[in-house]
Amino acid sequence: MIEEYLYLSVILFVIGAIGVMIRRNALVAFMSVELMLNAANLALVAFAFQHGSFDGQVASFFVMVVAAAEVVVGLGIIVSIYKTRRSTSVDNANLLNQ
Amino acid sequence: MIGMEVIDPVAATGVFGLAWLMIALPALGALLLLAFGRWIERIGPLLGVAAITGSFVMAVLLFVQQLGSPVDHRAVSVPLYTWFATGSWQVDVGLLIDPLSILFALLITGVGGLIHVYSLGYMAHDERKRRFFGYLNLFVAAMLTLVLADDYLVLFVGWEGVGLASYLLIGFWQHKPSAAAAAKKAFVMNRVGDLGMVLAISTMLAMFGSSSFAAVNHGAALLASPWATVIGLLLLLGACGKSAQVPLQAWLLDAMEGPTPVSALIHAATMVTAGVYLVVRSHAIFDLSPDAQAAVVIVGTVTLLAGAWIGTSKDDIKKVLAGSTMSQIGYMMLAAGIGPAGYAFAIFHLLTHGAFKANMFLGAGSVMHGMNDDVDMRHYGGLSKYLPVTFWTFAMGYLAIIGFPLTAGYFSKDHIIEAAFGRSLLVGTLALLGAGVTAFYMTRLMLMTFGGSKRWQKDVHPHESPAVMTVPLIVLAALSLVAGLAMNWWIQEWLEPVTGAHPHEVGLLPTTVGWLTMLVVAAGVVVGWLVFGRRPIPAEPPAGNPLAEAGRNDLYGDAINDALVVQPVLGLSRAAVATDAKGIDGFVDLLSNAIGGVSVGGRRAQNGYVRSYALTMVLGVVAVGAVLILGLVG
Repeated sequence: MIEEYLYLSVILFVIGAIGVMIRRNALVAFMSVELMLNAANLALVAFAFQHGSFDGQVASFFVMVVAAAEVVVGLGIIVSIYKTRRSTSVDNANLLNQ
Repeated sequence: MIGMEVIDPVAATGVFGLAWLMIALPALGALLLLAFGRWIERIGPLLGVAAITGSFVMAVLLFVQQLGSPVDHRAVSVPLYTWFATGSWQVDVGLLIDPLSILFALLITGVGGLIHVYSLGYMAHDERKRRFFGYLNLFVAAMLTLVLADDYLVLFVGWEGVGLASYLLIGFWQHKPSAAAAAKKAFVMNRVGDLGMVLAISTMLAMFGSSSFAAVNHGAALLASPWATVIGLLLLLGACGKSAQVPLQAWLLDAMEGPTPVSALIHAATMVTAGVYLVVRSHAIFDLSPDAQAAVVIVGTVTLLAGAWIGTSKDDIKKVLAGSTMSQIGYMMLAAGIGPAGYAFAIFHLLTHGAFKANMFLGAGSVMHGMNDDVDMRHYGGLSKYLPVTFWTFAMGYLAIIGFPLTAGYFSKDHIIEAAFGRSLLVGTLALLGAGVTAFYMTRLMLMTFGGSKRWQKDVHPHESPAVMTVPLIVLAALSLVAGLAMNWWIQEWLEPVTGAHPHEVGLLPTTVGWLTMLVVAAGVVVGWLVFGRRPIPAEPPAGNPLAEAGRNDLYGDAINDALVVQPVLGLSRAAVATDAKGIDGFVDLLSNAIGGVSVGGRRAQNGYVRSYALTMVLGVVAVGAVLILGLVG
């Protein structure tokens, strides 16, 4: 029965990864990153359940905390970019290459 | 070879202690004239003349002293100071006043002084005459250093100084590209000869531990024969460069680009005689090596014929005289190569030649002065009436050079031809032939310049030169007549302490060889008259005579140098450039291009698009994952 969880986790991860790679909107890309993190969380929890230990579950809490912090910083950056450039397209934010 | 007693010079006393003034005066003159610019612009030329006159007076004083001394006290050494001492080497600067060097000093300061005076008139309208006289003084100082030194190293200082001064004087009219090129050519060809000098002096230092004349003369007796030949041939190379002997002769003809007094001073009376001086001075070496002597004889003979050949076909009056100088110096080298029998005659001819060739060069300058600086003899003709003094003085020089009885050349040249017959029949015959050709081309020069009809260009009004120019001519003409008679019975005995005793009967009346020479000379004159005296001279040189064509082109000396030296060197340098550009630069370029290419690729990856970075990261993670999994599986 663990396979189903892992299949779901892989599918979610791939969807997230593809989202990061193809979506221009920074917010959507951000959500895709969250999707990938949560896919990883799902896998961690599933493995923990299978092994009967709490290690994986503890790890998933860490991931959530880091993700929450990341969201705070990331959203702050996105809002500030939107304020200055009136756009949240990641392709337009290539100033460092100029 | 006859072993010779080496006579050591005695220490200097009295007036000899001041011998250095001979060099110091013109050196000081040059310094003042070249360093103090406009302040002495006006009196500059007179200062130059005064400096060399002082030297001349000094030389005469010393000469008179020597005449009064006993034979073994005539060579006087004047030590001056130690140049440098390092380790076991010590080089002293000193002068050697002996019968040989004093004759040179008299020639240089005497003829040189007359040329200075003449230049007062010749260069009167030149804006840079102060500098000209400075260079002349510099030249005289260097030449005196050359002949008065008692050490080959010190001699070499003068040797190089002469090279420098001749470069400056040949290129004096440096605004003319041809003059600048001629100066460079003379300088470079002299350097080739200098290489021989440097190697010869180095060999002496290695063999004798010193390069002073005394050490070389004493040490030569113990020298192994191959080394004597090596030193002799190296010295000969140096002499060839300075004296314009084949194969280093090509610079002399171009050197006529300089002002005419320069041609007279450097290229007739003094500088080109340095090679003869060197050979005679180094007789201790040459006496040991028949091979080196044979080389000197060959060089001399070839040059005397080559110079005469060139003289027959040039239309430029100065170049005819230049060819003639080459030829006469060839006679001297020939005599010097014959050995003890010829040394005195080489110097004898050198002295008489110094007088009559300076006379003719200055005469040619006087003609040019009257003809708006035209040098083409085809534009002359009939000048004897318009330039009487020049004509008569030139005629004296003419008689002297062809060897008219009782003139200077009659004694000095005939002795050489006689000595050449003593060496071998072939050399003697060639020297005799040279005398005939000399008579031919000098007759041609006289007839084309002073005889025949006027072929003047427009706006030419020939006029006699001022007295400041004609008086030196008259003095030199008188010397051309009497110098031979004055020295004929005296010079062998006088030079005996230097060159060794080799009594050779000389008389007033010609010997068999003398009669033969006169016959050949007369034939030369007659042929010259038949060709150039009876018919009008065409305005254009007649074509179709390959011999004359070769002479006009300096016997293709430039072409030969070009093919043998210039082109190979150019090829080598082109190959070096190609190796550098293609080989070395190519490799380095390849390396840097490769690094540049890699970095361009790296730069492309940094495109600034977040999504492509994401793709890269995903690919990287996939790759790491694949490695881990495959590693686990494998």
